[in-house]
Amino acid sequence: MLGTYFTFPELMIWLPLVAGILCFFTKKESAAKSIAIIFSLLALAVSVTSLFYTADKFSSYNNVNYYWMKYLGNSLNIGMDGTGRILTLLTTLSFPIIFIATSGRSYKNAPAFYGLMLLTQAGLTGVFVSVDALLFYFCWELALVPVYFLCSKWGGEKAIPTTFKFFVYTFTGSLLMLIGIIYVYLHTPARMFEDHTQVAHSFSLTAFYNANLSATEQNWLFWLFFIAFAIKMPVFPFHTWQPDTYDQSPTSVTMVLSGIMVKMGLFGVIRWLIPVFPLATANYSHLVMILAIIGIVYASCIALVQDNLKKLVAYSSIAHIGLMCASLFAMNEVSVQGMMIQMFNHGINIIGLWIVVEMIERQTGVKTISQLGGIAGKAPVLTIMLLIIALANIALPLTNAFTGEFLMFSGLYTFNPVYAAFAGLGIILAAAYTLNMIQKIFYGEANIITADVKDIAWNEKLVLGVIVCIIFVVGVYPQPLIELTKSAVNMLVSKVH
Amino acid sequence: MNAIILTAIWGVVMMFSGVFVKSKSVPKYLAILGIAIAFIANGIELNSGNSWFTINVHGMLATNSFNLTFIAIALGSTLIYFLLSAADVERTGKHVGEYFALIFFVLCGVSLCATYKTLLMLFIGIEIMSIPLYILTGSDKRNLRSNEAALKYFLMGCFSTGIMLMGIAFIYGGTPNASFFIDNIQAGTGKMPVMIAIGMLLLMVSMSFKVSAAPFHFWTPDVYDGAPTVFTSFMSTIVKVAGFFAFVRLFESAFGTMHLQWQKLIIIITIATLLIGNVTAVFQQSVKRMLAYSSIAQAGFMLLALFALNDKAREGLLLYSAGYSLATVGIFAVLIKMEDYTIDGFKGLAKQQPVLALTATVFLLSLTGIPLTIGFQSKFYMLMAAVENGSNFWVVIVAVLFAAISAYYYFRVIQAMYFKEPTQETLLVSNISTPFKIMLVIVAVLIIAFGIYPEFIIGWKYH
Repeated sequence: MLGTYFTFPELMIWLPLVAGILCFFTKKESAAKSIAIIFSLLALAVSVTSLFYTADKFSSYNNVNYYWMKYLGNSLNIGMDGTGRILTLLTTLSFPIIFIATSGRSYKNAPAFYGLMLLTQAGLTGVFVSVDALLFYFCWELALVPVYFLCSKWGGEKAIPTTFKFFVYTFTGSLLMLIGIIYVYLHTPARMFEDHTQVAHSFSLTAFYNANLSATEQNWLFWLFFIAFAIKMPVFPFHTWQPDTYDQSPTSVTMVLSGIMVKMGLFGVIRWLIPVFPLATANYSHLVMILAIIGIVYASCIALVQDNLKKLVAYSSIAHIGLMCASLFAMNEVSVQGMMIQMFNHGINIIGLWIVVEMIERQTGVKTISQLGGIAGKAPVLTIMLLIIALANIALPLTNAFTGEFLMFSGLYTFNPVYAAFAGLGIILAAAYTLNMIQKIFYGEANIITADVKDIAWNEKLVLGVIVCIIFVVGVYPQPLIELTKSAVNMLVSKVH
Repeated sequence: MNAIILTAIWGVVMMFSGVFVKSKSVPKYLAILGIAIAFIANGIELNSGNSWFTINVHGMLATNSFNLTFIAIALGSTLIYFLLSAADVERTGKHVGEYFALIFFVLCGVSLCATYKTLLMLFIGIEIMSIPLYILTGSDKRNLRSNEAALKYFLMGCFSTGIMLMGIAFIYGGTPNASFFIDNIQAGTGKMPVMIAIGMLLLMVSMSFKVSAAPFHFWTPDVYDGAPTVFTSFMSTIVKVAGFFAFVRLFESAFGTMHLQWQKLIIIITIATLLIGNVTAVFQQSVKRMLAYSSIAQAGFMLLALFALNDKAREGLLLYSAGYSLATVGIFAVLIKMEDYTIDGFKGLAKQQPVLALTATVFLLSLTGIPLTIGFQSKFYMLMAAVENGSNFWVVIVAVLFAAISAYYYFRVIQAMYFKEPTQETLLVSNISTPFKIMLVIVAVLIIAFGIYPEFIIGWKYH
């Protein structure tokens, strides 16, 4: 059955895709909601099961290849390596968390909302499992379209222009990447299909890794790809779309954007940038790292003076992504390994933060930090949960982020101590703004706005409980995540050295 | 050959249908029948390689799978256009039979433009294609703007025709053995003879005029805006891509060996067209006028085929013809139903008419070039051709930056339909019939199907 008719990655794409289409045909909100929760849990089950079938002998469970536009040397090639696994796990884990956490909220035209959310999940999964450049590009763009509609339709009052800015930014980046893909494609070796048809070039990942590119070509192709990924991550100076978009989007979409979608940029760098252009990567790694580190310091400083709760979390996210980007380009085993598990941890932590933010915003209708206060007395459980997540966010030992950040910093330090020192400023500033935020929102006197805040309901307790569990379990025992990604890390590092 | 003869005959049949049949809806069904027959006949010829009619054309026309595929695209798009908008053609005025007759004559010209082998046949094809359009543009007789548009189009058209004739004359005089055959213009690879250079330049100007490439585009917005919307739909799609097909074939066969010498001119025209089309479209309030500028912008992308002039460009041209025609015919079919042609008029359409809004969104996404639509595949092929060409790589970068700008004005319509509240009670002129909706859905499905499997269109090469 498995391996002959279905593979894990296919199931992970089809389940949300089918569920998304089903949602559009439902009339009631409750029906759409249950479809979304059930199917996203099913996808999670598939994803978790797939973790037990990673060995080489199960390759037929994880890889599949269909003919598609064969005359271009293209095929529908899907497969999972360590990077793909950890990110699909993050995706399939995040969506049920998001659906359950926000299930108390009622949406206008709910079936369409849940349908689009599930289509986004399908697109994101597609990005993480495609082993073919054209398929990757397809999914990369298609994940964006439902998000565009979600943010514009269900977002805040300035959502339409903000989302459009986001769309145009990423669309421009993707088109530049498309040219890059075409150029590399035209320099790939010939491909022989199983039925002995020969085509001149190929879009497959291996062909891209073997493309015949000179150093000068790599140098400018690097930027065509990197700009697309940098916009998505976002890395300074391509980040200007992000705080506004996070602020204006409905919170459940913001969770998708900040938890998973930004990882698309990092993933693109890992799979499609560094191994394809190793010479250019070595050439430009300093420049990219400097940009990323400027981003860390800059975003942290803004977060320090930010009074808008959602924007504060957005800027903190820019800082974290900047650190991941910098350690990815440090290109030693330790830093890349740290970055791999941090991708997962950051996704979990930031979704946890957003859940709390959403709860506060829904109950008080306010997202200005200075207007809030004294919530701890009204909602003690919420406060404890947030405190744990916030401490994970600033990478306290015993929390999940600590392992990742520790590895990243030690990797960065071996690469260049000065970079590590400046990036380290980010941690100090993160502690400052996070604790400052907690203090202002949760402690002090309750005022009129926060007087009626209630503690969290069972569904929120459940998901926040799950998140806190993950934080501690991974914090104490990160070994499984490291094992999962180890081979991918080694392969990536060996491509450059 | 089937298409040329059948469309010409059917044009005459349509003309008389108006005289002998009093009922107003008969011409519509006759026209749909006729175009279906022509489409099938052309398909049979494409499949078997043999025409039903054997006429000695002395090599002045030639069919091969490439240009027959193009004719199939043109006829197929017209069939869809008739199925979507034939009822609106009826509503334009009294002379229903004649309108359809003129459209069939245009199609005859389109087929000639696709199969010509001599400059004379090209000229005849272009003229047969243009003259009925002058009449159709002015068919809304009592509307001053329609009249103005027709006159403008006619005068400018005559002017460009004159330039074209002049160019042909120069080339005829310049070729060593005085020949009209495009394969015989032995321009060589060295320095171009002066006569041929002048002739080529004049031909380039007149063809640029026909495909509304900048800086010869000034007639386009006014004519497209002034003409009855239902005919704008026809002439901005099928006729325009036929012009492109003729343009590319001419420059490939006649001047292909000197490609690098005139490529610089094409670059200037391409960039100017992209710039003017895209930037001006951004500022339009009327969707009809926006689509007129968008057609200029899309022409800029199609010009990349001339820039590249290789195998991929040929495939890209076919895909672009199909993709652009399908999506534009579809969006115009929706536009005709609107009460108010401004972007405000589209506000809240998604609530009142979900099917119309959804299909219109698919058409607009295809025009933008989002994956899974044929619009993406056509842009992708054009870019691939242009990159493969190797020289002047920067043109490709400029082209995609303009493609990103195009997202702005296409998405404004989507935003109005989905995210804004309606300004008036009824947005539409008339009730929307179920067959019309089904037809729109079919077109949207076709756009997505071709977007996934472009082999359906460019399969001629891989059989």
